[in-house]
Amino acid sequence: MLKIENLHASVEDKTILKGINLEVKAGEVHAIMGPNGSGKSTLASVIAGKEDYEVTKGKISFNDEDIEELAAEERAHKGIFLSFQYPVEIPGVSVTNFMKTAINETRKAKGLEEMPAKDMLKLIREKSELLEIDRKFLSRSLNEGFSGGEKKRNEIFQMAILEPQLAILDETDSGLDIDALRIVANGVNKLKSKDNAVVVITHYQRLLDHIVPDYVHVLYNGKIVKSGTKELAHELEEKGYDWIKQEVNA
Amino acid sequence: MDLKEKLIASFLVFENQTDVDTYVHDIRTDAIKTFEEKGFPSKKEEAWKYTSLNSILKQDYSVFPKQENALEYKDIKKYFIHDIDTYKIVFIDGKYSSHLSQTTHDGMDVCLMSAALSKPKYRLVIENYFNVAATKDSLTSLNTAFSSEGAYIHIPKNKLVDKPIQIINFSTGNESATMVQPRNLIVVEENSHVQIIERHQSLTDNPVLTNSVTEVFTKKRAIVDYYKIQNDNTNASLIDNTFIKQLRESICSVHTFSFGGKLTRNNLNFYQHGERIDSTLKGITIIGDKQHVDHNTLVHHIEPNCESHQDYKGIFGDSATGVFNGKVVVEKEAQKTNAFQANNNILVSDKAAINTKPQLEIFADDVKCSHGCTIGQLDESAMFYLRSRGIPEKEAKALLMYAFSNNVLDSVKIPEIKQRINKIIANKLGVNIGFDL
Ligand SMILES: Nc1ncnc2c1ncn2[C@@H]1O[C@H](COP(=O)(O)OP(=O)(O)O)[C@@H](O)[C@H]1O
Ligand SMILES: [Mg+2]
Repeated sequence: MLKIENLHASVEDKTILKGINLEVKAGEVHAIMGPNGSGKSTLASVIAGKEDYEVTKGKISFNDEDIEELAAEERAHKGIFLSFQYPVEIPGVSVTNFMKTAINETRKAKGLEEMPAKDMLKLIREKSELLEIDRKFLSRSLNEGFSGGEKKRNEIFQMAILEPQLAILDETDSGLDIDALRIVANGVNKLKSKDNAVVVITHYQRLLDHIVPDYVHVLYNGKIVKSGTKELAHELEEKGYDWIKQEVNA
Repeated sequence: MDLKEKLIASFLVFENQTDVDTYVHDIRTDAIKTFEEKGFPSKKEEAWKYTSLNSILKQDYSVFPKQENALEYKDIKKYFIHDIDTYKIVFIDGKYSSHLSQTTHDGMDVCLMSAALSKPKYRLVIENYFNVAATKDSLTSLNTAFSSEGAYIHIPKNKLVDKPIQIINFSTGNESATMVQPRNLIVVEENSHVQIIERHQSLTDNPVLTNSVTEVFTKKRAIVDYYKIQNDNTNASLIDNTFIKQLRESICSVHTFSFGGKLTRNNLNFYQHGERIDSTLKGITIIGDKQHVDHNTLVHHIEPNCESHQDYKGIFGDSATGVFNGKVVVEKEAQKTNAFQANNNILVSDKAAINTKPQLEIFADDVKCSHGCTIGQLDESAMFYLRSRGIPEKEAKALLMYAFSNNVLDSVKIPEIKQRINKIIANKLGVNIGFDL
């Protein structure tokens, strides 16, 4: 589904990604771990189409189609979703209006009619119940004044509505208490099927207890320096990243 | 002959053919002298530093309409707020159109300045209010000298006016260039409430220069909601001079929506004469091309325990330019004043510009005054966030611009105006909005 080959990306002449290779197939869950500043969020943003980053070398394809030239919204229309590490506050746009616009613009891009208001309400209600989101919350300005946990839950709520083929969750677990973590993980697991895939960026094992990865990668200094199965995550949780850094620098 | 000379030369002719009593005649004669001394303002004056009238003063305006022009309602309906019942005072090239108007004398006066200036029964009101709040600056004086027509609204005590009043000035463009100088007087007595909508609309691309003066008096506990819709044609320019004198516990708000015209200058002045007065000045400016909008506001806090709230939002595209010059004066006696001022702007293009300057003159010590101005581009991280959810660039921009100007519409009390402004903004941004705010 997602195939990344020798990806180099830079911002303002600073190279951040230095040759990433990653293949994610339908039905798989991948975890990406690694020290702060390694380039995990950059990788997520480059996949989602953030224009600040320049791809200087390499290739990203999604369902066998090159997507480097596509705008962020076109990638979204093809089924790529990014749950932001730091969701942006947008005063004056309510959660509901934002989701309505997102749904209808996506449908428009696919040549579909606008979703009837009744179906829209039903969908929004259903998914807000799944994520245990209060209805009052939906009329508030997007992310404005939300707690860290509320922002993350709202990201997964959006994901549940848009039903992407590829979901990239960038530190969605940070800032969540145990209950919220369970709710969020449940939301992600509900979406999982043999046709879609999830990339989980995290520092902690606790999310991976709920969303069990097929593969675990360690990103360090702009490169994937180690890949393994879920046992690697346990090892990292136990030993930290120092041994990896030493291996790489040796 | 330049415009100044032309105006001065035509004053005598004008004065001879207008029917007024000596009281008004004396005021007018003084006013033309003031204008003759001061002339049109130039960029040398601090208050006109960023707004030059040169290019619009060059036109050879006809200063009196030569003929009466008629318009069919169906052709101009769209310029009215027409989905609700309203009183209407309509002028075509400065002349009253009874055909398009709906005035009243039933328990209040919603009628014409020309009548008020000439008929004895209005004499007392004219002596008490006419040219009392207006200042003696050159453009206001010019209007005063030629003041003969406009809206005259007098609401007696304890009256809740049953529907909004629309004041609309049309310019037909039947002359190659036209100058008009409407003069409005609005007196709202104790405990009364009125809503007013004002619009200037040119119907062709021929140059029009409007120099309008409006005086508003809100007496004790009166409430006035005033909406100015400025969405004129490309060659129409407007200098709007509005003077509002408030007495104790009155509430007055002015919303100015500036979306069109060549050059627009809003001189909006509030004077608070009494305690516990509330003044609100809000505006949304969305312009492009080479349009220019200048908001020059003054709130004069004279007595204690009063409030003022200013909130102006601007979105400037292409080579459009804007000015915000907001002056707040708090006199020594005006303790416990709350004065807020905000001016936030988005520049959508590299060539667009805004000059924003708050001016606070505070002589009292126990006051809360705040002001803030921002000039920014659209937030890139917000754009990426919206686009990553499948909202295309253009719609994402529109959504952010809506959101940006959104809270200014919150305080609009007439839903039809809110809808109308929403539609105009959507047109301006070139999008079809599928969401409500
Ligand atoms: N827009 C940017 N401008 C400048 N530097 C950036 C930008 N985005 C990321 N970086 C830098 O790139 C490196 C990787 O950042 P990031 O991808 O956020 O790491 P991670 O998510 O793994 O903690 C950091 O050194 C960070 O400061
Ligand atoms: Mg990160």
